[in-house]
Amino acid sequence: MTDLVMPPVLLGPLLPTLLVLGAGALVLLLDLSPRPQGKEVLGAVALAGIVGALLATLARWGKSGRAFHDMVVLDNFALFVNVVICYAAALSLLLSVDYVRRSRAESGEYYALVLFTTAGMMLLAAAGDLVVLFLALELMSLSLYVLAGLFTQALASSEASMKYFILGAFASSFMLYGIALTYGATGTTNLDRIAAAVAGRSHDPLFVIGMGLLLVGFGFKTSSVPFHMWVPDVYQGAPTCVTALIATGSKAAAFGALIRVLTVALRGAQPDWTALLWIVAVLTMTVGNVAAIAQSNLKRMLAYSSIAHAGYMLVGLVAGGMSGGGSVLFYLLTYTFTTAGAFGVVTLCERARAEAVEVGDYAGLAERHPVLAAALALFLLSLIGVPPLAGFVGKFYVFGAAVRAGYLWLTVVAVLNSALAAYYYLRVVVYMYMRQPEGAPVTYAPSLAGALALVVALVGIVALGVVPAPFVDLAQAAVAPLVR
Amino acid sequence: MRLTAVTFLPALGALVLLLVPRRAASVFKLGGLVVTLVTLLAAVPLYVGFDDRVADVQFEEVRPWMPGVGISYHLGVDGISLLLVLLTTFLMPVALASAWHAIEDRWKEFVVTMLILETGMVGVFVSLDLFLFYVFWEAMLIPMYFIIGVWGGTKRVYAAIKFVLYTMVGSVLMLVAILALYAQHGAATGTYTFDLPVLTRWVLPPGLAQELMFLAFALAFAIKVPLFPFHTWLPDAHVEAPTAGSVILAGVLLKMGTYGFLRFCLPLFPDASLVFGPLVVALAVIGIVYGAWVSTVQPDMKKLVAYSSVSHLGFVILGIFTLTPQGLVGGVLQMVNHGLSTGALFLLVGMVYERRHTRLIADFGGLWSVAPAFSSLFLVVALSSLGLPGLNGFVGEFLILVGAFQTNPWVAALATSGVIFAAVYLLWLCQRVIFGAVTHEANRGLRDLSPREWTLLVPVVVLIVWIGVYPSALTGKTEATIEALLAQVQSKANAQRVSVGPPPVAPAVRPLNGMRDDMWTAAGSRLVSGHPPTHSGSPRASDALRLRTTTPAPRTPLP
Repeated sequence: MTDLVMPPVLLGPLLPTLLVLGAGALVLLLDLSPRPQGKEVLGAVALAGIVGALLATLARWGKSGRAFHDMVVLDNFALFVNVVICYAAALSLLLSVDYVRRSRAESGEYYALVLFTTAGMMLLAAAGDLVVLFLALELMSLSLYVLAGLFTQALASSEASMKYFILGAFASSFMLYGIALTYGATGTTNLDRIAAAVAGRSHDPLFVIGMGLLLVGFGFKTSSVPFHMWVPDVYQGAPTCVTALIATGSKAAAFGALIRVLTVALRGAQPDWTALLWIVAVLTMTVGNVAAIAQSNLKRMLAYSSIAHAGYMLVGLVAGGMSGGGSVLFYLLTYTFTTAGAFGVVTLCERARAEAVEVGDYAGLAERHPVLAAALALFLLSLIGVPPLAGFVGKFYVFGAAVRAGYLWLTVVAVLNSALAAYYYLRVVVYMYMRQPEGAPVTYAPSLAGALALVVALVGIVALGVVPAPFVDLAQAAVAPLVR
Repeated sequence: MRLTAVTFLPALGALVLLLVPRRAASVFKLGGLVVTLVTLLAAVPLYVGFDDRVADVQFEEVRPWMPGVGISYHLGVDGISLLLVLLTTFLMPVALASAWHAIEDRWKEFVVTMLILETGMVGVFVSLDLFLFYVFWEAMLIPMYFIIGVWGGTKRVYAAIKFVLYTMVGSVLMLVAILALYAQHGAATGTYTFDLPVLTRWVLPPGLAQELMFLAFALAFAIKVPLFPFHTWLPDAHVEAPTAGSVILAGVLLKMGTYGFLRFCLPLFPDASLVFGPLVVALAVIGIVYGAWVSTVQPDMKKLVAYSSVSHLGFVILGIFTLTPQGLVGGVLQMVNHGLSTGALFLLVGMVYERRHTRLIADFGGLWSVAPAFSSLFLVVALSSLGLPGLNGFVGEFLILVGAFQTNPWVAALATSGVIFAAVYLLWLCQRVIFGAVTHEANRGLRDLSPREWTLLVPVVVLIVWIGVYPSALTGKTEATIEALLAQVQSKANAQRVSVGPPPVAPAVRPLNGMRDDMWTAAGSRLVSGHPPTHSGSPRASDALRLRTTTPAPRTPLP
């Protein structure tokens, strides 16, 4: 009888995630203290946790770490995605401090849940095993379901939470079923060993169905057509700061995990999934942009726009290789700053004591609050892809990778889509700069933290637009170990 | 550093003005004027220091920007872009000064937007890296969108959106073509770069790929020019834009399209340019005639001038695609001429609109007796626009027609009818607005030009006359560049022919000596002697090109 050998427990690769989780636990503890006021302290603790995780992530750059029998792989790829997630979480926290207080929804649990979902996202990007992947996905999603329903008094918020939960549960079960089938086909859940097991026989039906179901789950989390139905309702109904987090952080994490599964476990079947993603990308871009044109609610419009942007990122995935994967990572970074900024402006605007969510609410914003209007205009221009802002460079790299890989027509569809998108983004600019308000004008809901978040996002989109080279190099270096 | 200075001075000024609190509009009016004038002053030494004996790019600046993908910050001017940079920096202070009273609110935003626009426009003309060029090309759209949409007329939002969407659809396809060219060049040579001179030296194999790339570039430029049938955004944008916007739109923005054809389409895709040349020429001629006809029936002065741009820009495109030295030089000169003449027409229409708040021709008549100074300047500018000898428009149109006549007399004949129609609509306009008896009582008390209006019109009129009398001041700077450009197109087209067909019999490239100093006389003598060089039945366009560009130019002085 052999002795049971305890595997070495290496907590190093988990450090960033543990920092976030620890901060979450601390927030819950502090919330129990009997002082009636001072939820800002909790916000500050949460932010400190995120910043700590960001610093820990940056400090680990270049040091690849594996733990728990390769279940957690904290390589440069995971680190890059973690940086994006940390930025998303930090911006969302800054935006929420005054926003949740104004909405009378302030609670300690809010900050704790944001931290838990962030931890889930970070773990998702580092998952080297389908079991950890599922675990992280659930940690992320369950927290987000609750956060989406934070405004318990608002019908739309509860509806968003319910829809997100039910559809999310469906997606999770698809994914779990896919993982089970994959295990049945290959005898392992580890991504590397899956690739080795199916080498040369990637058309094994059990494996194909398993991975197909897994991709359905990813399609849901990355809001790709035809699994995008939940996006508009949830984005519209959820509190705006939570919407910002769903749109940026959870999307970054899902794309991170998707890239890892595709490039590691499904390396052998690349032509197959490339053809599939080609179609999904075209559908996602087109449906997102066409539906966005018809929206009069700004949050709903940004929801459809985020679907469209997922489509652009899929174009980068189709292109594949180091330049394709790197361009998607860079795109995630630019998209996070831009989208968080756009939602951020929404959290700072109110009209007639309610949140300004209709596009029409923004009429005349440029005259009353020129700085806020200019900020939103810049974020929207970056979403269109107007140089020299970050969104343009992101698109440029994605499309460049696609053309170099020979996907010329896919690129043509993508650029025509981005020209189409200019219409609905500019419509908001039209209201802000070229229309007069009818009735009560939109006002600025003062928030120092929110303003700080906007400044960070603005600096981000300008810096990434003017000096993208170092960040692109990092993104490509991050993908390099995956594609080899 | 000089080009960087000229390009980014306006943006710097915009940044400084952004920090000034918005109290007095006059601070921004004066600030904008000072910044644009300083930029003009910084641009003039370029003209003086430009060596017109060499065709090379001058004042070059190269710095790595994104070395990983072969993008550099590469600026430089040659004989073509030099003139357009000067035109841009010259028209900006004029346009700002014209807005003095016309723009009533949000002066801070107006000046900042105009200055950013100037950086974008100059940047387009000086960048020698395809990525950098595209950045400026797209970035410049947004300020123009704001200028039309915020300070425009009643249908301004519609016009602004239409302008942006039209231009954007064209330019995103150009982006794909840029990326495709980059990828193809990289795959063929091993160096991935967006550097224009490097890409230009490389010979892109002829065929479908080159033709598609040409079409993508050409679509972006044709929309900008605008070439018939892509012109429908133009009347809306011009009519709705404020005067300053119209001046810049007509004066500079449209030139980006024609400049693009010269800078990118010809040298990068010579074979496709030859294949599609006849199509482009046909569209240009349709534009010339159609624009002129539509102008004739416009009841609105501004719309008339707007449609006349379609006609005039058709001449420029015609000149470029004759692929003759005369045609190209005329085309480049006509770009400047159109900027000055049409810009001035928009200024004058704007001035009369400020006074009467109408632009309908029917609301005017007999202005000569009320406002003689205004009327005489209006007449001079109209005459320059219709091509009266002695004024600038004549020189450019004449050279273009000479070039066109060498390639196809019928095209030249049709195009010449455009000159006649221009006389019809412009003289008829003058007749109805300026001459005759005063028809409306409201016009009796019309003020004549104010000192401010004098100051901004006189430099334009001086240039109009100066170019008319002494065109070599501009053509001298550009001829060497154009010779080199044509030689390059010719040699690349020939090289492609070598690679796909039988070798050429005659030595392919012959320097176009003799063209520079006696282009005038050569063209004139050919016209006088009545023997246009013939090249009928030439099966390959490159043959035609060789014949055309190496036609002997006898040194016979004009009688």
